[in-house]
Order: sequence, then structure tokens, then C-alpha cells
Amino acid sequence: MTAAEAAARITENFSGAITGEKEFRGETSLTLDAAALHGICSFAKESLGFDYLVDISAVDHFGEEPRFEVVYELYSMGHAVHLRLKIPVSEDNCEAQTISDIWPTADWHEREVYDLMGIGFRNHPDLRRILMWEGYPYHPLRKDFPLEGKPSDAPELAFSDAAPLAGGPFVTVPTDGTTQVREPRARHAGEVPRPEKFIEEP
Amino acid sequence: MSDQSPITYDSKIEGNIIFTQLDAAINWMRSNSLWPMPMGLACCAIELMAAGASRFDISRFGAEVMRFSPRQSDVMIVAGTVTYKMALSVKRIWDQMPEPKWCIAMGACASSGGMYRSYAVLQGIDHLIPVDVYISGCPPRPEALLDGLMKLQKKIMGEHSVTDQKKALVESL
Repeated sequence: MTAAEAAARITENFSGAITGEKEFRGETSLTLDAAALHGICSFAKESLGFDYLVDISAVDHFGEEPRFEVVYELYSMGHAVHLRLKIPVSEDNCEAQTISDIWPTADWHEREVYDLMGIGFRNHPDLRRILMWEGYPYHPLRKDFPLEGKPSDAPELAFSDAAPLAGGPFVTVPTDGTTQVREPRARHAGEVPRPEKFIEEP
Repeated sequence: MSDQSPITYDSKIEGNIIFTQLDAAINWMRSNSLWPMPMGLACCAIELMAAGASRFDISRFGAEVMRFSPRQSDVMIVAGTVTYKMALSVKRIWDQMPEPKWCIAMGACASSGGMYRSYAVLQGIDHLIPVDVYISGCPPRPEALLDGLMKLQKKIMGEHSVTDQKKALVESL
């Protein structure tokens, strides 16, 4: 079985729920209706042999609707095949169905998505933050959250402050110039005179 | 013996008596038996371990007794990135250390947040606890840590330990 065959089997069985299929550089991605996710994941594990959930991640398409996208990376040990599933999640109903009953490893992955992106998971057995502390009021990987952070205070537990970026975030650019050229305080936008020996970024 | 030394000893006069100042004697004892509280939080802790191992041998400076109990340690070596999640725990361990106590901020992260200008990292442990010696480097070599330790020893030798820290005792005399 190849990834394309697996995608075809899923499309066959859940034809109404597949909203898009894409192949890029040998990687197959299926976009699904959020409601069909649990059924398709069960099918992928039980019938197609996707026994390993590699990762769950989320993308913030800030300014678009639906705003979020949750991405599931599946792998089949037996067939050595990768498959990617994506579901859209809107900001107003910021929730997805848990799949931790199918792959237990999803438990912590979903907690990470919840912690950093603020997407909840229905029926999750233990939906707590996993990296930031309980009581932290923000979801730091959202696009509208500043890199330097925001002040917060959870008494007796932790506090946070905005970091001084001093014109940053600090970046390096590919160049054979001096340190000053190589490590500007910030990546310039627009018409800024480029220093000598600057190599164009790809 | 040179005139600079806090200890004077003349073997022609006394075989078993050393004349010195109380401050100097106490400082000498303190500075040569600094028991570190190894606050290893990131890669700097690896260099801290290297400083304790045979090649660099921190015991040459009397600081080899890494006490993982704050109650028995004198100097907290904050070695690594202090995240906000860890920050109050570091502060709490510092508060549990008995006086007199000192702090070494080892490496860029502990000194200033280092390359982590981000929402998750405390921008220098000196926001929470008083730091005596900052060591630059990412991570610093063990030599740099030993140099920092010697700086701290020098600082301790300059303290007025009795008059400043035992005021009631001095007044009662």
C-alpha cells in the first residue's frame, strides 16, 4: 500500500467528508470535515494499518476563516507509509474531537496544541496545559501573541514579563560579511539599503 | 611572608600560633570551602559537571562538595536557562539556603536570558535573586567557571564578615 492508495481507500469510504486531497513532493495530505475525523482515524488505524501517530500540530491562519487548522501525521510501520490529515477549526468554535482513545499518544500532543494554540479537544481525558503553567492566561503560538510575551501573574506559581527585544527579534542572514552584517538587530522590510557583500536570502 | 597577606606567621617566635584578624580568618575559611548548590537547568550544567571532574577539578578551590540540599550549601551556581515556569522554584531554593550565601550566574541565559528573548524565559536570574558573579559564555568553559569562582573567593576575602554580619555580637563585646 502506498500513501495514494490509502488516501483512495479513505475517500472511497468517507466520500462526503473529504474536502481536499493534495500531493506534494511525495507527501499525501487529506483535508477532512472536522466531524468525520474520529471515524476516519479509527478506519485508518483498524483497516489501513496506520498504527503510529507521529505528531499533532496546529496552524494559525490569522486573518482567514476558519482560522486554525489541526494537522495529524500518521505512519504505518507495516507499510512504511506516511499520511497527513488536516481539519479546519474556526475561532468561534475552537474545538476538535479527541483521538486519544484511538492512539493514546494523542493525549499529550493534544495537550500541547491546547496549551500553545488554544484549541480544545472534546472528550479528552485530561486536558491541562503541558508546557506553560496552569493559570497562564495566553496561548503563545497564536499569531496575535507577541514574541516578547505579555506580563502575567499566577500567585505562588509563576509570573511572566515582556522580554526586551530592542528592535529584534534577533536574526542572522546568510552572508560572508562581518558580524555586524551577519547579525542585524532585525530583518528589514521594504527599501532599506543593503550592506555590501549581502547574499540574497532564498 | 609578604605584607599583603592577612596572616602573619613567624616560625622563630611561635610554632603553634598564628596572628590574624578574625575577619580574615573567617573569610579565608569561607572562601575555601564554598559548597555549591548546583542549579543545573540547561547545557551549562554539563560544563559545571566538567568543572567538577578530574581534568578541571573544582576541588582545588574547595568547592567540590556539590550539595543537592540547599540547607547545606553556600553558593548557588545558576547554570542554564531560567524559564518562568522554573523561576519561582529557583527563588524558593535560594530562600532555603542559610546565610551567608552567594550566587554565581553561569552563562548568558542565567545572566541575561541569553538568546532566549522570548515569552517563556526569565531575562536574567538577577530579576529574582542577588547575583555576585556573572560568567559570560554560551556555555562558559570550565576554566571560566573556575575564574568566576576565584573572583567570588576574592570578593569574600574583602568582606567584613564579623562587623557586618554579627552586629549584636560585636556590640556586646
